[in-house]
Amino acid sequence: MDASRITERTYWRTWIALMALAAATFGLSFLDLGMLHVPVALLIAGAKATLIALFFMHLVQERGSIPIAVGIWFLLLAILIALTAADVLTRDVMLRPPASGP
Amino acid sequence: MASAGQATRLEPHFQDLAKQTHAARLGMWVFIGSEALLFSALFALYAAYRVAYPGAFEDAAGHTNLALGTIMTAVLLTSSFLVAMSLGRIRRRLARDAVLFLAGAAVLGATFLVLKGMEYAEHFRDGIYPGVWYRASALPGQGANIFFTLYYAMTGLHALHVLGGVLLLAWLAWLVRRGRIDDAYHTPLELGGMYWHFVDVVWVFLWPLFYLLR
Repeated sequence: MDASRITERTYWRTWIALMALAAATFGLSFLDLGMLHVPVALLIAGAKATLIALFFMHLVQERGSIPIAVGIWFLLLAILIALTAADVLTRDVMLRPPASGP
Repeated sequence: MASAGQATRLEPHFQDLAKQTHAARLGMWVFIGSEALLFSALFALYAAYRVAYPGAFEDAAGHTNLALGTIMTAVLLTSSFLVAMSLGRIRRRLARDAVLFLAGAAVLGATFLVLKGMEYAEHFRDGIYPGVWYRASALPGQGANIFFTLYYAMTGLHALHVLGGVLLLAWLAWLVRRGRIDDAYHTPLELGGMYWHFVDVVWVFLWPLFYLLR
């Protein structure tokens, strides 16, 4: 609970990791990854966001109600994004007439 | 146990400073969660339109300034790091260092805004305006128009958060300088830092979506 457990050394390491990940995603954007282009970019962004939340925002040392609150809002965001994606990705399928039975 | 300084900062409805600080951080996380939902609605909208106009979105993303966007990413990540370091220094009673780190973070935030403004000016010269004012001859079509309207909405909303953050960091630096934040009591610096890190996280997602995925 006490924020003093995270040291400046951790902040340095987090910053170096963040810059390395930024360089990695920058480099990967020039490669032709095809279908993987968007997932890879979002995965790296997610990794950076996780590092920032855990170490800069001290989430790694929080106990009790704070991880629960963060977990719930993360779940709500996932539902928002997943349902939107489910809608737009299945529109073609749903507009097609139903297949006739056997 | 508690010093006189601490006692004046402890509200009467809290048993001790640790419980008060925990409640403050929980409140901050809930606030950040509501902010995240605001931005997520826009990210979901971006996802939906990207599925509808995949080619136009790639072409339009190729038209934003990749070099400026990348520099802005490094600027914000470093600024976040400086804010984290200022908290580390205040805990070690190095208030002068903390003020310098906070001032540096605020300057980087202001630098971000200048770069963003330069990029907007560049777009305006190409006729890239949001919504019905869009008249870019190089990138015609509804898909590109929607991409740049989302671009202005999302980076504009983010830039407003950066502006608020810069003012907040300057205020925190002033509080540290005046001795109102010290090693015993630094909740405002902790919460202000969390806000700044969140603004950084939003940009971490805006950067690939509007610059890299071309």
